[in-house]
Amino acid sequence: MSFKLARIAGVCAGLAAVAAPAIAQEPLQQELARLKEEMQRTMSTYQRQISDLEARLKAVEQKAAEAPPPQPAPQASAAPAEAAAPPSPPAFPPPTGSAAPGAAGTGAGSATAFNPQISVVLDGKFNAYDKDPANYRITGFPLGDSAAPGPRGFALGESELGLSSNVDQWLYAAAILSFERDGVVNVEEAYAQTTTLPWGFTVKGGRFFSGIGYLNEQHAHTWDFADAPLVYSALLNQQLANDGLQLRWLAPTDIFLEFGGEVGAGDAFPSGGGANRGVGVWDAFVHVGDDINDASSYRVGTSFLRTLAHDRTTDNDASLFTGFSDTAIVDAVYKWAPGGNPVETNLKLQGEYFWRLERGAFDQAPYIGHLEGFYTQAVYQFMPRWRVGVRYDRAWAADVDNSLLGTAVDNMDHVPVRYSTMIDYSTSEFGRFRFQYNRDEARATGPDNQFILQYTVSFGSHPAHNF
Amino acid sequence: MKILFCTIAAAFAVALPAHASINIFTCEPEWGALSKELAGGDADVFVATTARQDPHQIQARPALIARLRNADLAVCSGAELEIGWMPALLRQAANGKVQPGAPGYFAAAEQVQRLEIPSRVDRAEGDIHPSGNPHVQTDPRNIRTIAVALAARLNQIDPAHGAAYAQRRDDFLRRWDAATLRWQQQGAPLKGARAVVYHKDWAYLFAWLGIEEVATIEPKPGVPPSSAYIAQLLDDIPHRNAQLIVYAAYQDPRASQFVAEKSGLPAALLPFTVGGTDAAKDLFGLFDDTVARLLSAESARAKP
Repeated sequence: MSFKLARIAGVCAGLAAVAAPAIAQEPLQQELARLKEEMQRTMSTYQRQISDLEARLKAVEQKAAEAPPPQPAPQASAAPAEAAAPPSPPAFPPPTGSAAPGAAGTGAGSATAFNPQISVVLDGKFNAYDKDPANYRITGFPLGDSAAPGPRGFALGESELGLSSNVDQWLYAAAILSFERDGVVNVEEAYAQTTTLPWGFTVKGGRFFSGIGYLNEQHAHTWDFADAPLVYSALLNQQLANDGLQLRWLAPTDIFLEFGGEVGAGDAFPSGGGANRGVGVWDAFVHVGDDINDASSYRVGTSFLRTLAHDRTTDNDASLFTGFSDTAIVDAVYKWAPGGNPVETNLKLQGEYFWRLERGAFDQAPYIGHLEGFYTQAVYQFMPRWRVGVRYDRAWAADVDNSLLGTAVDNMDHVPVRYSTMIDYSTSEFGRFRFQYNRDEARATGPDNQFILQYTVSFGSHPAHNF
Repeated sequence: MKILFCTIAAAFAVALPAHASINIFTCEPEWGALSKELAGGDADVFVATTARQDPHQIQARPALIARLRNADLAVCSGAELEIGWMPALLRQAANGKVQPGAPGYFAAAEQVQRLEIPSRVDRAEGDIHPSGNPHVQTDPRNIRTIAVALAARLNQIDPAHGAAYAQRRDDFLRRWDAATLRWQQQGAPLKGARAVVYHKDWAYLFAWLGIEEVATIEPKPGVPPSSAYIAQLLDDIPHRNAQLIVYAAYQDPRASQFVAEKSGLPAALLPFTVGGTDAAKDLFGLFDDTVARLLSAESARAKP
């Protein structure tokens, strides 16, 4: 063996000795350049072939992973044949079907793979008020049972458990349960929604927050203030949820243009008792929105809501209302961030204006209510994690018939207003602490100073960055 | 009411999209650029974000909902990069063609081998991605693999133009392979360099060029640094033998520049995606500029 090697080495050395002068006669540099070029060509070819092979291997692996365990014979034999194909085919490899498992997809394979997305939001508050919230009034407005501020002291606010998932290729469903102070479990939302209807239609059925206005569809813990605007408390009992059906149509335009309509049972304020007759709420809304430039965008909307009430109870009042309410809303929101990147600083301006005509009778006394109000607010993130906000609320009720003087709908010549300011600190996208101060002049009896400390934490599936 | 009606009618007239063969909605500028390379005039390509925006922190803006509604194909990074906004967009856009699982939904990161798949998924570790690092566009070899897969997907949803997609793909790959080789040669001096990064954006770029990530300016992914953390980092940098600092165009430069100033290390602002710098006009410019900026930082260190 060693003898053989020595011989080969000897021959090589001899050859080199003979060849060296011959090569030296050629221009050496030219030769080197040619070699270099050749080398580059080879390297690039190899690299291409390797990446091609990698891609093909990946496709085959994916296919293998997708195939059911008892793999049919023809498919198994197809894979190696494909792998042996020449490197750069002009045609396309056969599509691997629905290869992409999807952005929201989790690791597959275990028994928990079909578990829904679970999210938990804990929203706790500490409230300190000058006046007892049990005597809360927004002067001139007949109120629902959730219009008053939360109880004094420590309270678990809108803590909720959310489950959501695609049901099948047609449907998405979500259920959000909230837990209240006295141990009552409340179904905030529970709906199924289509995902793949043609022509931009979406149908939603179940219980859901109505699409009217801007804030109404959002969960309270995503609001920029710890409490609802005065008009929301006064006219929607904080937030309008329907048991019913919603149809939305998204127009095929480059700007966002959406039309929606809903029908609902109408068993909640401003309806009441409508469930007895089946349907008590109808509404319709239009939303328009777009980017103004890279840095700013807007959405504006208008909504119309008709509700029927049959012996609706009014908080703080023994009388019963029967009649209908028509409500019109315009809403606008504008967002700005330098370069469209909200991470450092950003600004959000929003406002909504409500009109309501309510016609019917309180007990036997005829009632025509002209109710109106708005809020406007600005929230600015001045550095990462820190935001400040101001809000102004105003609502007013027109004079009522003499027979109703002294009742909840008597405006007492007082115009409810409220001034709010807040500062909040976010530990991350998932945790936020807020301090808010309200000077609330909703009562005719004098202003109320309200201090609210709030924390909101969410864990589980990633919350959506809604506009 | 009349005014509203006129406005709506006018909006329809103005905003109905011009008719190309297909509409492509791309989540990030790099996939917009790649889609334009492969689809040419056969598609209208919309890019949802700019290079100045943090792709994690986008909101489901009305304009994006409208564009996704009309898309035949959505091209995104996937791997949870768009987890905060894409699911919300998909639900509101009501477009069955681009739902995950349909041929019209293309997740680029799922076409390649992902790095940094965490063994522990816990939000105490910051904003981590359970499917691995989603910033796959920083390695040109990934772009190549994704281009092949994306061309196949274009052919699948628009077979009438299959020949054109194949031809553009081959043309792109030819130019891309030559360019990749050039970048590799240019970047050879960077092999073995040790870098401090702002965010874990560069796993693929560094794996390709042989650069080692020795520290991050963010204490945890997505968590902005506190001054105490930066002070500790500055103490630590000499022991880690770092040579340069790397941050992306979309990030606040102040922390990176502060660390650079205090530590005396050169800082390289990298475009991260198409449009991140003036030179990064397309995918070729993106890597030309990335390599050039790394080299210039590297030589700035070598000089003193």
